[in-house]
Amino acid sequence: MAATGQLHTRKSQSRIDRPAAREKRAVRRMLIAISLGFLVTFLFLPLAAIFAEALRGGSKAWIVGLADPAAWSAIKLTLLVALIAVPLNLVFGLAASWAIGKFDFLGRNLLLTLIDLPFAVSPVISGLVYVLLYGAHGWFGPWLQSENIQIIFAVPGIVLATIFVTFPFVAREVVPLMQEQGTEEEEAAITLGASGWQTFRRVTLPNVKWALLYGVLLCNARAVGEFGAVSVVSGHIRGKTNTMPLHIEILYNEYNFAAAFAVASVLALLALVTLAAKAAVERYSLRAPGSAPADPILLTSSLAQEPAR
Amino acid sequence: MSTASTVVKPSVLPGFGPALGYTVFYLSIIVLLPLAAMFAKAAGLGWSNFWETISSPRVVAAYQLTFGASAIAAAFNLTFGFVLAWTLVRYSFPGKKLVDALIDLPFALPTAVSGIALTAVYSRNGWVGQFLEPAGFQVAYAPPGIVVALTFIGLPFVVRTLQPALEDLDFEVEEAAASLGATRFQTLVRVIVPAVLPALLTGFALSFARAIGEYGSVVFISGNIPMKTEIVPLLIVSKLENYDYAGATALGASALMISFAILFLINVTQWLAARRHRRT
Repeated sequence: MAATGQLHTRKSQSRIDRPAAREKRAVRRMLIAISLGFLVTFLFLPLAAIFAEALRGGSKAWIVGLADPAAWSAIKLTLLVALIAVPLNLVFGLAASWAIGKFDFLGRNLLLTLIDLPFAVSPVISGLVYVLLYGAHGWFGPWLQSENIQIIFAVPGIVLATIFVTFPFVAREVVPLMQEQGTEEEEAAITLGASGWQTFRRVTLPNVKWALLYGVLLCNARAVGEFGAVSVVSGHIRGKTNTMPLHIEILYNEYNFAAAFAVASVLALLALVTLAAKAAVERYSLRAPGSAPADPILLTSSLAQEPAR
Repeated sequence: MSTASTVVKPSVLPGFGPALGYTVFYLSIIVLLPLAAMFAKAAGLGWSNFWETISSPRVVAAYQLTFGASAIAAAFNLTFGFVLAWTLVRYSFPGKKLVDALIDLPFALPTAVSGIALTAVYSRNGWVGQFLEPAGFQVAYAPPGIVVALTFIGLPFVVRTLQPALEDLDFEVEEAAASLGATRFQTLVRVIVPAVLPALLTGFALSFARAIGEYGSVVFISGNIPMKTEIVPLLIVSKLENYDYAGATALGASALMISFAILFLINVTQWLAARRHRRT
């Protein structure tokens, strides 16, 4: 494997010396121009527009938009939701990858496919399923009402919907890596007398730390930014059940564009920080850049590669 | 776990039972139970009710728009994503690393933020809209706006599935084609595209699958006019807001079955491609 890896790098370095597998200079320039033109109209202009609109009224208007009590409570709720959803999915991701990555059992592929399911579900439907379960007309609705527990149109529903949409992120990063690394190191540790927990902490965790961090980054970005699923279960009670994306929607629909874009600019900055951190993790972990698409994706990768093992 | 011993390969590592138990438990309460609740509710509606809901003119119009706009957006992404992946893999230009990192922006940016940003750029007073609308081409609050939003959110799928496939291409094959007298364009059509076809199909399907479920980036730019610019996820939300739980359930179940079918097809494509790859 190492040999082919080296071959690849040498190949890519020597592209310049391969005129037969290259396009004419004019064609290359044209293709680069098309690429950049496409990116500018669809990606860079919208990104720039967020900051331009946010700062249109000057920095004072920007601060006013963020200092509003409703904005503050939205920021706090968003952080709270992420602080609950991300660690829960992290623990789940570790448990799932220990079971699936280190053991061979019947139904392993099915389990992997089921873990990926939330990526195939529309955000709106992710919220809807919880309404049908815990809402007033849902399976558990009457019982919850008699116990005076509110889940839908309250914070617990927002947390549940967020957990659902970010469910696979950590697992799908760590499971393939644990599978690839095998069990030899752990078996050696156990044979030498380490306890299971020691083995996990001292051997397994250090081996997967970058994949874990990568998964947490993506999970957090989605948890903070989720809109559709949260919108369905939130009830939009200002100051109570509005997360930052929902607060943006309300401000926008009230034509309070300055404040809407002020809050949006904070989320856009967070997205840029996430991308930078993601690029850094890719560099440190020597992962091929862009090798892991961040979102739904390749339900497949696990299934398609399996028979090769 | 008495049954487990017969279906689990023996291992000296501890913790299988608790790890698997927790995984299955968490998966069940977070994912499986809620999805089952929706399908059970949909089944409880009865076939005629279910069919009546999803065949009403407003729903059919929403489905047509959603599929049409998603297909156009995925086709855009297929075309430009191919060019983009090609330039990123084969050429070097200033700022390439930055461009490569920013490809993932649609994944990282909250959809509501993407929605208001795209609306700002493509509405009548926007940076791009101010040139398009006088020319008679309305983007925001019209179907083209939906295509713009879906193109935005689907862009990374094609690029990110194509990049590794293009990197794996063998230069020798292209050189062989050239030495046999093929033009660069013939090599592209006859050698390169067939080699990366599974990746192209997967990227297209992923972009399409994401687009049909998308909500946040679309609702701001689409204008949300029933029968005209109303997508399926929005219709689900408006049914919920009108307390039409049966309608929302039927529509949700139908949309989810379509998503699952598409992802199943992607899986089959990938599996066939992997098998073909191993054979050669």
